[in-house]
Amino acid sequence: MSDLTLLGVKAIRDGVAAGDFTAREVAEAFNANVAAASELNAFIVTTPEHALAAADAVDAKRAAGEELGVMAGVPIGMKDLFATRGVQTTAASAILEGFKPEYESTVSQKLWDAGAGMLGKLNLDQFAMGSSNETSHFGNVANPWKANDGSNNVLAPGGSSGGSSAAVAARLAPAATGTDTGGSIRQPAAFTGISGIKPTYGRCSRWGIVAFASSLDQAGPMARSVEDCAVMLGAMAGFDPKDSTSLDAPVPDWAGALNADLRGKKVGIPKEYRMDGTDAEILASWDDGIAWLKDAGAEVVDVSLPHTKYALPAYYIVAPAEASSNLARYDGVRYGLRDLPEGAGLQDMYAATRAAGFGPEVKRRIMLGTYVLSAGFYDAYYTQAMKVRTLIQRDFNDAFGECDVILAPTTPTAAFPLGDKLDDPLAMYLNDVFSVPASLAGLPAMSVPSRLNAKGLPLGLQLVGKAMDEQMVLNAGLAIEQRAGFDAAPGKWW
Amino acid sequence: MSNYRIEGATGTWEVVIGLEVHAQVTSNAKLFSGASTQFGAEPNSQVSLVDAAMPGMLPVPNRECIRQAVRTGMAIEAQINAWSRFDRKNYFYADLPQGYQISQLYHPLVGEGQLTIEADEKAGIPEDKVIRIERIHVEQDAGKLMHDQHPTMSYVDLNRTGVALMEIVSRPDMTSPAEAGAYIRKLRAILRYVGSCDGNMEEGSMRADVNVSVRKVGDTELGTRTETKNVNSVRFVMQAIEHEVRRQIDVLEDGGQIVQETRLFDPNTGTTRSMRSKEDAHDYRYFPDPDLLPLELDQDFLDECRASLPELPDAKRARYTGELGLTDYNARELTAEVETFARFETLLAETAKALGKPEAKVATPVANWSLSVAPGVIKALGDEGDMANATPARQAAILKMQDAGEISGGQAKEIFEIVLKTGREPDEIAETDGLKQVSDTGAIEEAIAAIMAANEDKVADYRGGKDKLFGFFVGQTMKAMQGKANPAVVNQLLKDKLG
Amino acid sequence: MSVTREQVAKIASLARIKVDEGDLDHFVPEFNAILGFVEQLSEVDTSSVEPMTAVIEQKLRLRDDVIDADPLTGGGKQAEVLANAPVAEHGFFGVPKVIE
Ligand SMILES: [Mg+2]
Ligand SMILES: [Zn+2]
Repeated sequence: MSDLTLLGVKAIRDGVAAGDFTAREVAEAFNANVAAASELNAFIVTTPEHALAAADAVDAKRAAGEELGVMAGVPIGMKDLFATRGVQTTAASAILEGFKPEYESTVSQKLWDAGAGMLGKLNLDQFAMGSSNETSHFGNVANPWKANDGSNNVLAPGGSSGGSSAAVAARLAPAATGTDTGGSIRQPAAFTGISGIKPTYGRCSRWGIVAFASSLDQAGPMARSVEDCAVMLGAMAGFDPKDSTSLDAPVPDWAGALNADLRGKKVGIPKEYRMDGTDAEILASWDDGIAWLKDAGAEVVDVSLPHTKYALPAYYIVAPAEASSNLARYDGVRYGLRDLPEGAGLQDMYAATRAAGFGPEVKRRIMLGTYVLSAGFYDAYYTQAMKVRTLIQRDFNDAFGECDVILAPTTPTAAFPLGDKLDDPLAMYLNDVFSVPASLAGLPAMSVPSRLNAKGLPLGLQLVGKAMDEQMVLNAGLAIEQRAGFDAAPGKWW
Repeated sequence: MSNYRIEGATGTWEVVIGLEVHAQVTSNAKLFSGASTQFGAEPNSQVSLVDAAMPGMLPVPNRECIRQAVRTGMAIEAQINAWSRFDRKNYFYADLPQGYQISQLYHPLVGEGQLTIEADEKAGIPEDKVIRIERIHVEQDAGKLMHDQHPTMSYVDLNRTGVALMEIVSRPDMTSPAEAGAYIRKLRAILRYVGSCDGNMEEGSMRADVNVSVRKVGDTELGTRTETKNVNSVRFVMQAIEHEVRRQIDVLEDGGQIVQETRLFDPNTGTTRSMRSKEDAHDYRYFPDPDLLPLELDQDFLDECRASLPELPDAKRARYTGELGLTDYNARELTAEVETFARFETLLAETAKALGKPEAKVATPVANWSLSVAPGVIKALGDEGDMANATPARQAAILKMQDAGEISGGQAKEIFEIVLKTGREPDEIAETDGLKQVSDTGAIEEAIAAIMAANEDKVADYRGGKDKLFGFFVGQTMKAMQGKANPAVVNQLLKDKLG
Repeated sequence: MSVTREQVAKIASLARIKVDEGDLDHFVPEFNAILGFVEQLSEVDTSSVEPMTAVIEQKLRLRDDVIDADPLTGGGKQAEVLANAPVAEHGFFGVPKVIE
């Protein structure tokens, strides 16, 4: 039998349905890859038995002639930000080590209901705060890609969904869930040569996902093709009455309606994204993208997003502010770590527990958020940032008056070595400069691989669509995918 | 103006009082989760994963809680904000699982309103007074800490966590403990009329944060205030104010300064003390809850809220005195409590129907019966009576017999007593137990004739102008008739016979 | 605007995160670098702009007042609620004694 772990979501699902192989065979193959890849540290816990049980259920259903779900027989990786019943859920933080939720997140439940199985819980930046997967309590994740310059550095897989990106790129899973707050699906996808889409804010329920910044957090799929992303997003999305911000709108058949013919469509090129000092190869990749979309029949127009430069500063006020409040619940009372020094009172216990349980980046952001919300600073920082957010959204609305989708680079650079930006938080934050604006505006956005750079590392192109128009994003992504012909894979070194 | 003044060593002081009342909204489920608001005996049994602030849990607001707060706002003639928002109030405490309370600071659901406290000469409230209400916002209640169950630990019970509260914030318009007491009683009555809160202060359904400051009479600037938290009875609120006033004046007259602080009331001593756990200055870092969108209410929703409002205390009292012709006193007593007016209005309707008369014609006897006669009998009987026997139909039947002159007031009480004890029907009791007035002129005339014969001297005196003797003849006749004669008939016949 | 050691220590205390002197040594400069970066927002003229209230235009839905309508958000879950507690006794969570 050919290597089942080379197959993607749709190929596995269709193969299982056609009887070309069993779901159990698929699960076993991926379980084996996962077990052999501990060097990448992509998983915090593995759950081979979960994958097998789900596979057996699918095989039994098929044998009984029952209808199979859209993810039937597909074992996936689950970012460890999604609560999974009875399986440790940590957000990669010591403060939640050992926490086994008594509930299942809406998105993971939907995936199991659609026939998917779980290979394990994927590593990530602690509480999804980071762009390199170096803030996890459970260690760094290694990017399966290495530069061809002989340096042999272990590279960052991107973050925060770094375990997800590494696992999918290394064929440990055909697909994985990610979450995106300021670029946490798109940036790691770009760093590892895979695709990932963050849908419109509200498409995927946030219920049961450990919160980072509520007004920005969105779940989405990461996979090796646009079509696989479309299939999996269809299984993840949908109205959830348990989430007040969930969109009460039907989920279109994105996979079924995929169409790379862009005739009659306009692609906007935001001039503000041509920032000084942007890597020449990134700009070249962007030019490729423009050419490919023209080739697909689209008209390319210049658009302006004048407040782009303020997106990152606004993000670094809004996200930490929300996080400082969202993370107040980790106090050592009801679950998770408790550090109770001798003779400590309640408030001392809080301070000790949170000092011991949160990593430095999490502390930094909680404190930053606490500061910008504190008396005397709230209006100058938080209110001003929310006003700027309105302006950023307005920019996009104006731009979408002139185009159907926006094309930009996903990241300003390719993957960098682990440790490179660790002592300079600001340099790390700049990684998200192209991804944050769409997050602030709640818009659907995706990254697709475009080419390898001179060092043999993948680069990504980003597509940003109108609210609710994931289809346009996916279609443009498909047009690029078809023309980029990106079929490189990292050489196995782990 | 209130005449509440305190003579100090350095001059005369007056008091400024504002109240923040937390009223638990009547609802089945909590404000943001589906857990029950009924407090089971079992700790942490009425707690959802949302209330316990498990990772990834999200709030979804309960329509009924919003509706009740809106109706309450309408009942105090307040501005209803069709656009409002929930904010997070951030602080760390063991009774607050999220690490923040979902509340409303910047855009509350209900804006400016008011209520009127009534003049009460005895309490030092010379005339009706309007107390302005700044706002009502909706927020989550916290859990409960138990400090005396374990030597080194406090126990946390989250059953209350997330129950909906209305925080009703008054303006500092009250100037005496009596006004504060009257304000709470009036507010409680309105909440209970509306049905938005059961008003049960003992069980914590209503708690007041009492803001008090003092200043010299004539000063225009407000003094520094203290806030005494969670005072849970009208009496305690008044005590807390009295104590705070005395304490603040003593501090100021000793040359000290009032510290703006949170205090705790001790019901055992009637005193307040600084709250250690709230000592550090709070910076609540309020910001709009990003898990919740703005709350926008449409006209249909608001219309339904208004249409469902009952007649409120002030309107009801006006109708009782105006349309029903009741005295001010009776109207006030009958409208003070929901149960009281409900019982009265049921009996009034039943009695009017039984008598075939308009309500206004029977309102006064029904009011007297409801406020004094019936409660007197019930009280005297104590445990021997069963209130379930006192159906409106039976009470109306008694009132009907009395109205028709078939029974006397005394007999009405006796019959009601038997009704309470046995559940027998009043008509049957009157008949069987001989509790009926005799209106048979023959028997009465016979008795009168005998009395006149036995008291010829008094008859002569009466006829000679000693009118006062009429009472003597009435008494003698009633005695001869063993109290069962219809007094009206007796009067008429005596007048005829005595000439 | 830059913050002092004392301010950072105060923020940490407000956030209930114990920091020692060593932590402050690196938090203070990092903090000031980030604040310096976000400071540029003040140059945006927002005088006629409303702060964003909802990312995607939609109305807040309200729930029916029904107990345990969805078991996932209902009560009656004492065991589940206490399952992960560091200290749970007699159905309560235990915390160090609090003096009010
Ligand atoms: Mg208060
Ligand atoms: Zn309150």
